[in-house]
Amino acid sequence: MREGYDHVASLDPEHELAIEDPSGLAFTGDGAGRARKMTLNMGPQHPSTHGVLRVVLELDGETIISARPEIGYLHTGIEKECEVKKYQQVVTLTDRVDYLSNLNNNLCYALAVERLMGVEIPPFAQWMRVMLCELQRISSHLVWLGTHAMDVGAMTPYFYTFREREEILKIFEMFSGQRMMTSYIRPGGLALEPPRGWHKVVSRVTDQLARGIEEYANLLTANPIWMNRTQGVGAVPLDVLIELGVTGPILRAAGLKTDARKDCPHSSYEKFDFEVPTRTGNDVFSRYEVRMDEMRQSVRIVRQALEGMPSGGEWRADAPHMLLPDREKMKTQMEALIYHFKIVTEGYRVPAGSVYQVVESPRGELGYYVVSDGTANPHRVFMRTPSFGNLQALGAMLEGTLLADAVAIMASLDFVLGDTDR
Amino acid sequence: MKYGGARSLVRGSVLPEVVAENSTAIAISQQFPDAIVDAKNETDGPVFYIDPKQIVAVCRFLKDSGGFNQLAGVTGVDWWPRTPRFEVVYFLHCYEHNTRVRMIVRLAENQEADSVTSVWRGANWYEREVFDLFGVTFRNHPNLERIMMPADWEGYPLRKDYPVHGHKYSYQDE
Repeated sequence: MREGYDHVASLDPEHELAIEDPSGLAFTGDGAGRARKMTLNMGPQHPSTHGVLRVVLELDGETIISARPEIGYLHTGIEKECEVKKYQQVVTLTDRVDYLSNLNNNLCYALAVERLMGVEIPPFAQWMRVMLCELQRISSHLVWLGTHAMDVGAMTPYFYTFREREEILKIFEMFSGQRMMTSYIRPGGLALEPPRGWHKVVSRVTDQLARGIEEYANLLTANPIWMNRTQGVGAVPLDVLIELGVTGPILRAAGLKTDARKDCPHSSYEKFDFEVPTRTGNDVFSRYEVRMDEMRQSVRIVRQALEGMPSGGEWRADAPHMLLPDREKMKTQMEALIYHFKIVTEGYRVPAGSVYQVVESPRGELGYYVVSDGTANPHRVFMRTPSFGNLQALGAMLEGTLLADAVAIMASLDFVLGDTDR
Repeated sequence: MKYGGARSLVRGSVLPEVVAENSTAIAISQQFPDAIVDAKNETDGPVFYIDPKQIVAVCRFLKDSGGFNQLAGVTGVDWWPRTPRFEVVYFLHCYEHNTRVRMIVRLAENQEADSVTSVWRGANWYEREVFDLFGVTFRNHPNLERIMMPADWEGYPLRKDYPVHGHKYSYQDE
């Protein structure tokens, strides 16, 4: 235990006496009735805080008077480490920032570097990126749905969503060899050539997902218990949410039609036909409905990608100074060998400049601010992560709600602590 | 254009060449003639370098008149050993017009910055993070405490003269 940590009631009797009211119940009323306030620590280790999040709650009975979230328990210094790695090595770090939406983080970083380098990505690689990012979005929403339902008390959806997610993880394993930390989208294109037979597998899984989404909606959407627990809970006015830095499905559930895939077109998203779902309820139920619709739209995008995938099969840009050459070429051609040697030992120098690249992560607006000083190591990589902004609003959302609703609200925010703390 | 008024510069104010046509730059320079001390054109749009003493006023003007209702983030960049050492970067976002603006404030090593929490409450945690990891203090911040590192940590990890592996738990001396 750290020294001088006086919030927790120590077992030391001397320490206990030093606190004015060791029971934590302070009478604050003045005649009209007695108000009792209790400080409760929803500690970093908790099954419902979706990671190591600490929320210090002040309770009046079961009503939350104020909530103060504390983060930093998962801070691993990813941004610091980015500064000592080469640009191609940073990709594996970006996977681990938001560990449920790896490909979206990869994409954001890759787009930022490609912008600084001025590299054009061929259409086939762009469409593959879109397809995989949408599959990743569905996978992340499936985790959210399963854990959200389980927090509120429904155990069944968790098993169903993870069964469907297993199919998506098998797809990622087929493409990159990894289920989660794929690092499949890298500056310059994809990491490896797409495997043979990927089209059939993705097509089958997409149909499975479409059926699965309707199954979960059948379990929850019209369920009286679900509606009672989630409707009318966790509402904060839209302009307050925007001011606090909230982005993504929470704003869409409050009525604002905004999506970085439409607002900041990148990676040929403008060629796909999809809608941005919004609701006006601004409560936990609306956020649930928005994310369910997002899953349906993602299925629609994946189907369009399957039908309209550009031919040519070029999965990488033509950038020999940036991308490792084909292995056989490296063994037979001198230039390829030199390129390989230089890229591996020295890395590639990115022109000095900075860029703020925005992408729509399943949690909201994800931005990578990459600053280059002309060397082969990034000078600064700042990850504007959606969960950090969303969690700022937690205090405002929890004020005045019941303790049982706090769990539903936290689940509806869909934050990931790796995203928050980096 | 959303600010209204003619596209002319206030007499006496000089905008950097690269952003002379930018409506946001013109609007800012009409209100605050010497706030934009430098500007650059990056791949994702213009970047304005703002005078540290006027950053809060410029932000408030952009929020109220320019519609920049969201501060997407605040971060720092350490350019040691160059002076001024720190850059504090502000990412502004206007949902209605779908525009983004990046503003940078250059600070010397022990110079204090002004907090923009009075303009957007969402700057709170971001400025705490800049304080925690770079050591830049913000005046008028409601609770400037460490946010990522433990409360009793010494040193500012994202500074360039701070070792990557940390100074406390190094295996070299054991």
